[in-house]
Amino acid sequence: MNGFRVARYIRSGVGTFLSGLCAGAAALVLLLILGYVAIKGIHAINLPFLTQLPVPVGESGGGVANGIVGSFITVGIATLIATPIGILTGILVALFGRGLIAEGIRFLSDVLSGIPSIAIGLFAYTLFVEPFRHFSALSASFAFALLMLPLIIRTSEEAIRSVPQVVREGALALGMSVYRSTMYVVLPAARPAIVTGLLLGIARITGETAPLLFTAFGSQFWELNPSNPMAELSLQIFTYAIGPYQSWHEQAWAGALLLIFAVFVLNVVARLVLRPGGAR
Amino acid sequence: MESSVARRSAARALRTDRLFLGVVYGSGALFVILVALLFLELLRGSWESIVKFGPAFLWTSQWNPVTEQFGALPLIFGTVVSSLIAIVLAGVVGIFAAAYLSEFAPSWLARPLSFVIELLAAVPSVVYGLWGLFVLAPFIRTTLGPLLQHTLGFLPIFSGPIYGVGLLTAGIILAFMILPTVTAISRDVIIAIPKELREASMSLGATKWETVRRVVLPAARAGIFGALVLALGRAMGETIATTMVIGNRPEIAVSLFAPSYTLSSVIANEFTEATSPLYTSALFELGFLLLLVSAVVNGLARIMMWTVFRQRSSA
Amino acid sequence: MTTTTLATQGLGASYGSHRVLADVTLSFEPHSVTALMGPSGCGKTTLLRCFNRIHETITGARVDGSVLLDGESIYGPGVNPIGLRRRIGMVFQRPNPFPTFSIFDNVACGLPREFPKSERAAIVEKSLRAATLWEDVKDRLSKPATVLSGGQQQRLCIARAIAVEPEILLMDEPTSSLDPISTSSIEDLMTTLSERYTIVIVTHNMQQAARVSDFAAFFLGDGTGVGRLVEFSETTKMFTKPGDRRTEDYITGRFG
Repeated sequence: MNGFRVARYIRSGVGTFLSGLCAGAAALVLLLILGYVAIKGIHAINLPFLTQLPVPVGESGGGVANGIVGSFITVGIATLIATPIGILTGILVALFGRGLIAEGIRFLSDVLSGIPSIAIGLFAYTLFVEPFRHFSALSASFAFALLMLPLIIRTSEEAIRSVPQVVREGALALGMSVYRSTMYVVLPAARPAIVTGLLLGIARITGETAPLLFTAFGSQFWELNPSNPMAELSLQIFTYAIGPYQSWHEQAWAGALLLIFAVFVLNVVARLVLRPGGAR
Repeated sequence: MESSVARRSAARALRTDRLFLGVVYGSGALFVILVALLFLELLRGSWESIVKFGPAFLWTSQWNPVTEQFGALPLIFGTVVSSLIAIVLAGVVGIFAAAYLSEFAPSWLARPLSFVIELLAAVPSVVYGLWGLFVLAPFIRTTLGPLLQHTLGFLPIFSGPIYGVGLLTAGIILAFMILPTVTAISRDVIIAIPKELREASMSLGATKWETVRRVVLPAARAGIFGALVLALGRAMGETIATTMVIGNRPEIAVSLFAPSYTLSSVIANEFTEATSPLYTSALFELGFLLLLVSAVVNGLARIMMWTVFRQRSSA
Repeated sequence: MTTTTLATQGLGASYGSHRVLADVTLSFEPHSVTALMGPSGCGKTTLLRCFNRIHETITGARVDGSVLLDGESIYGPGVNPIGLRRRIGMVFQRPNPFPTFSIFDNVACGLPREFPKSERAAIVEKSLRAATLWEDVKDRLSKPATVLSGGQQQRLCIARAIAVEPEILLMDEPTSSLDPISTSSIEDLMTTLSERYTIVIVTHNMQQAARVSDFAAFFLGDGTGVGRLVEFSETTKMFTKPGDRRTEDYITGRFG
């Protein structure tokens, strides 16, 4: 009897330990990758890298400045497109949709969130590149907006739901229009959570590369016009990484460090926004 | 107050509301239309290829742009195998990590550890690919590959030359990428299991570990399965990291060390180089295939999760 | 001074196919305080919410029978619910000041936009005084409403409701979440307010009903989950010589 018990305890101990190992290993992977990118990337990050254009093939030096600017513009336009549609649809699902409409949109949103970004890139291609016969940052922004939408819709819906029903009813009972009660009373109360959703959405698309391959396409030059092909940081990293030159590889690491930094800052800020201010 | 000023103001408010509701419903309609259009446009782009090759497209094992013979089988093979490797690795590690985080870890450890694992999901695909190409691939070529071949080389899956890039490398990178999904969702599912179940088991004298293994995890089975299906969908759709480490060769091979190709990688590599409408259309068809498969997989997983959480809340 | 009459005829209400209230016929005297009493779950709050058409803002909620304001049905085809709600105000069970508004804006937000700033300030002060809150908040009108205590927040909600100068004021268990001191100050407030408005109050607290109301209506579930009106009379009469056996049982505490 006693031998049995000891064996059980040993097995339990080992089991618990192995589970802890799994959790630790998962966390360790992140640190491993981060650490490596940081070490390899840090010494290539300097002022020329951040402010210069890429140099012609074979030459050394140059930078990713046009990619940084291009990514800003593309992500910015995508946010402008996705935010109103996302928040309004979130309002629809949270406040007005009768059963089927709300469930249907929620389901579609979940399905959309799992669709590979390259398929969405193809969609953007058929709508915005093919008819005009040239690549553009705008088509990339459209693809990005579609990638952001499910996240914004879901977090907006949850944020609005978390505002107590008595607040909304109080506004309506006062004789406020549905418009005023929603936009001036309920939405402002949900604002911290909605902003978090936006930040997370931006973080999601900031690292995306696949759709860019045939929408923004990339560029060697400065470009501020969204209806033209535009350089994008993630695309530059990809191109440099699979290229043959050592100097390109170094720039890829540096670019990766920049990208990770941006994405992590967005994620941390997003979670910090929710902590002190809003509904938790 | 009842006055004409008030009445006019109320009438104006009603008109505003009609407009507002129109805009809100319009947004929802726009969203639904966009999703529908997504499917339609990809179908339209694939049409020429569908008509030319028919269902044989799915089991033709030739992907030859030069002779314009397009068959998706090698690509389906690469996608499925790399994703399966990923789900096996990430599933085992992820489920146990989730169990640890929700059942065993002290709270001062659980929160930061969960946060770090979630942060893994935020790492951009191209960074995973970069790391995979310059760190993991050489590691497999010089260390892990020879080790596996030395010990398990009698198995056909570990035979053949080791290039560093290939199915195994892609599978491992994908495992890293879907690990946070598996862990996070499994953790939510496990936490949702009512504590009465655990208490009943413990009061019968079971250890914590035995409770988790024999009672909690089986109870969470459906939800965890849903998490795995979702993660599988994500692995199949992954493009950039896979492209960088899979070797880009459209061939079906037996060894895990062999280079391969996935549905998404071939689109990424060849779309802008496609020289003919048929070539482009074949690539579209691959994209449409990806779309359908991921939509179905995702839809099924969501329905599974939905029934799991519905049961919990009504229990 | 309002002379507006409110009445119901055969009023019933349901949520989808689930009926919660049936066949209520009542009328409310101008300037009176009427208490709606009865055990929980017999539709009193739902009845109140039918008067200002808040009930229908819940998906699937329906109303049958009629509610008459000055003899005209408020559910008629041409009736604007927004305008109606500016004539019939409501105070809720949980104080619900708008969380992102200041104290001043909370009271002022029901007023039409056309009103000039000076007039708004005057109305805000008048309403806060009427709600006996002015002295507490006059120096911090721009602070968010959340700095106030529960009792103060409820008085703020009352001030907000009366700033719009409704003819009828609906109160849904307004003191049930408050401490005894806040409760009694709000009860005094009700008596003062009834000089200007007609008040209908839902209350669980029989002593409160006896203290503040002129008329009382007693409701009871009929065994199938549908609430019905059992008795309606002057408060003093209902508490001393109730007409129905069930009312008597409730009042003497024979059941909940």
